[in-house]
Amino acid sequence: MRPLLIRGARVVDPASGLDTKRDLLLREGKIAAIDGPGQIRAADAEVFDAKGLLVAPGLVDIHVHLREPGQAYKETIATGTAAAAAGGFSSVCAMPNTVPVNDTPEITRWMQSPERGASARVFPVGAATRGSLGEALTDYAALKDAGVVAVTDDGKPILDDGIMLETLRAAAVLDLPVIQHAEDTRLTGGCSMNAGALAFRLGLRGMSVEAESSLVERDLDLLKQVKRGHLHVAHLSAGKALDAVRAARRAGLRVTCEVTPHHFALSEERVALYDTNAKMNPPLRAESDRAAMIEGLLDGTVDAIATDHAPHAAHEKEQEFDRSPNGITGLETALGLAISILHIRHRMPLAGVLALLSSRPAEALGLKRGTLAPGSAGDVVVFDPAEKWVFRAAESRSRSKNTPFDGWELQGRVRLTVSEGKVVFRRG
Amino acid sequence: MVKIRGPSRKMQETSTPSLFRKPIHSGSAISAADFPVPEVRRILVAADALEREDPLRRAKRLAKRRVALLFYESSTRTRTSFELAAKALGADTTLVSSLSSSIEKGESLKDTGITLKALGAECIILRSPFAGAPCLLAQATGLPVLNAGDGMAEHPSQALLDLRTILQLRGIRAAAVSEKCLRGFTLTICGDVLHSRVARSNALLLPKLGAKVIFCGPEELLPEPAAAMGPGIAIERDFETALRQSQIVMVLRIQAERLAGLKVDLDEYRRRYQANAERIAACAPKAPILHPGPIIRGMEITSEVADGPQSAIAAQVANGVPIRMALVARALKGGRR
Repeated sequence: MRPLLIRGARVVDPASGLDTKRDLLLREGKIAAIDGPGQIRAADAEVFDAKGLLVAPGLVDIHVHLREPGQAYKETIATGTAAAAAGGFSSVCAMPNTVPVNDTPEITRWMQSPERGASARVFPVGAATRGSLGEALTDYAALKDAGVVAVTDDGKPILDDGIMLETLRAAAVLDLPVIQHAEDTRLTGGCSMNAGALAFRLGLRGMSVEAESSLVERDLDLLKQVKRGHLHVAHLSAGKALDAVRAARRAGLRVTCEVTPHHFALSEERVALYDTNAKMNPPLRAESDRAAMIEGLLDGTVDAIATDHAPHAAHEKEQEFDRSPNGITGLETALGLAISILHIRHRMPLAGVLALLSSRPAEALGLKRGTLAPGSAGDVVVFDPAEKWVFRAAESRSRSKNTPFDGWELQGRVRLTVSEGKVVFRRG
Repeated sequence: MVKIRGPSRKMQETSTPSLFRKPIHSGSAISAADFPVPEVRRILVAADALEREDPLRRAKRLAKRRVALLFYESSTRTRTSFELAAKALGADTTLVSSLSSSIEKGESLKDTGITLKALGAECIILRSPFAGAPCLLAQATGLPVLNAGDGMAEHPSQALLDLRTILQLRGIRAAAVSEKCLRGFTLTICGDVLHSRVARSNALLLPKLGAKVIFCGPEELLPEPAAAMGPGIAIERDFETALRQSQIVMVLRIQAERLAGLKVDLDEYRRRYQANAERIAACAPKAPILHPGPIIRGMEITSEVADGPQSAIAAQVANGVPIRMALVARALKGGRR
């Protein structure tokens, strides 16, 4: 792999607080040097002229569904990570709800094997219980040895208090975060959107915000009983649940959380005429909840923007609303949405936005990523923070096109993505 | 040396927009909310004219045009009246029901729609257990779709025929339909509002003409957000209080098939919400009683009331054919395609 010298860019490294003109050298998969313009000598390096562009740590998405093994018709690790790379992500955390469920070291290793052809580093998240059935814990030590960075039963939340407590304890011993998709599924049977007047008018059964917040509150109660336990709340959507996290954090609990771009960009109105590209779980919420997510992102309560990238084939989404599977793709629109909404509309400093997409998610799950410090992984994104562009679902690298953002004009466009020193995406 | 092109690279147009962004044919009738008041008036005027018209002349209007009835749920009134309506206009109709078609083999709504269109259907009348199915079918086929009931969502032709019944009972001519024609008028809809598409369509339609709609029922069958689904809607938990304010009463059946685990104490329900002779005589002695059917006698309504002098249930059913003639004619207007 030839060294790569990125020259003339504005370099923003949220982890170190750096925001100035710098040159950056990547060599042997690592950040080799970072220095003033023209200071780095590397005659053997390929030179990327990044004048007028912004260089940041390669983005980190801690919540994606790559669908492999088992559902390659929706996505493969190769196509999913190609979409990640196009969106500026150098690393992704792959959820275990594959077929079969990733509950073994073998599957974990299989997912990380070079034969998968990944364009971004894949950090598998292991199933917290065997088959994600919520009954018996998987072997966390063996999973961690194989490369798992956290455990979760994601779409099948752990409802049983005893099992959840056991999970938090066993994970704490190994310093693994436990990720919970906070939904009391006993309250959401047959539900397909947010509860409220709109769901009533549309004749759809609604998921209450309490179904989310009550499980977050339960988990936080359990967390209090676990020394060094770490709970990570996936894709928060309800202000009430976010408030619970905020209070617990103040009380000193080790809890982190993420919000998806769609939960800060859209509200339940987007369901409109039963558009299944607005169907996901947790559902799009009321405008007040969307505002609460923005507030949580701005005030630092939220640790990460994570996409919950959930590809589905057209024939699965082109169904009656209740029959359609949950989820949307999100890897290629996350940066543009974050810049357009958080930076442009809500005046969040660019460094703060980038922290939510790199250093802070990496920190939340203990990944040694999301920094440009010399010696760290050679993960870099180069983008034009001013470029306005129109996202076209048909041009997506993902195998699936289920996105509500088709045709959206976004600001901030990726030019180059580097993962572990290797150029994995280049526009133009 | 890596080359970078300028940011001026031209955007490519998408070739395949999402199905959900495709247009819905303007001849469709999917939601009662879609009809502006002048459109409601036109439909009612057309229903009158078609009803009066000589049957032989009427049968030439849509002679040999093809109308498909696609029914994923059982139906007596709606299916029969839509079929009679289409046939009265001269159209050929074909019925596809879920139990005798490839739907049983797993064919999707989209593919079923495309198949019917390929067979020459120019309009599809759809009943589905899924809310929103008519939107999907309209977007997938580009055909006018008449919603004959979609899940708990809507039943717009029923709301229109209920409106026609109400106007007849009030002595209001179709041509006089306006934003104010039902001002000061209150309709109580009592029963399983939660699962009722009829309640929703009526509540979206009648307030447009100035009427007030009172939803009445217990919390488990009538959640609070129902009142916020549109303007002109209020909730009253006490049936007798609601009856005293109402000029017309509509009673709904408890939809056992949609309860989804919900427990309702039926004795308690009867005690508080049954439309029985005593209660009606005491609280609404002059109000006509409507029921969209099917009726479960002895449950939400007693035989004395259903068959009594205040019952307008048969008139309601009879209004099905003229309203549906107007809707089918509207869907296929503009002559042969």
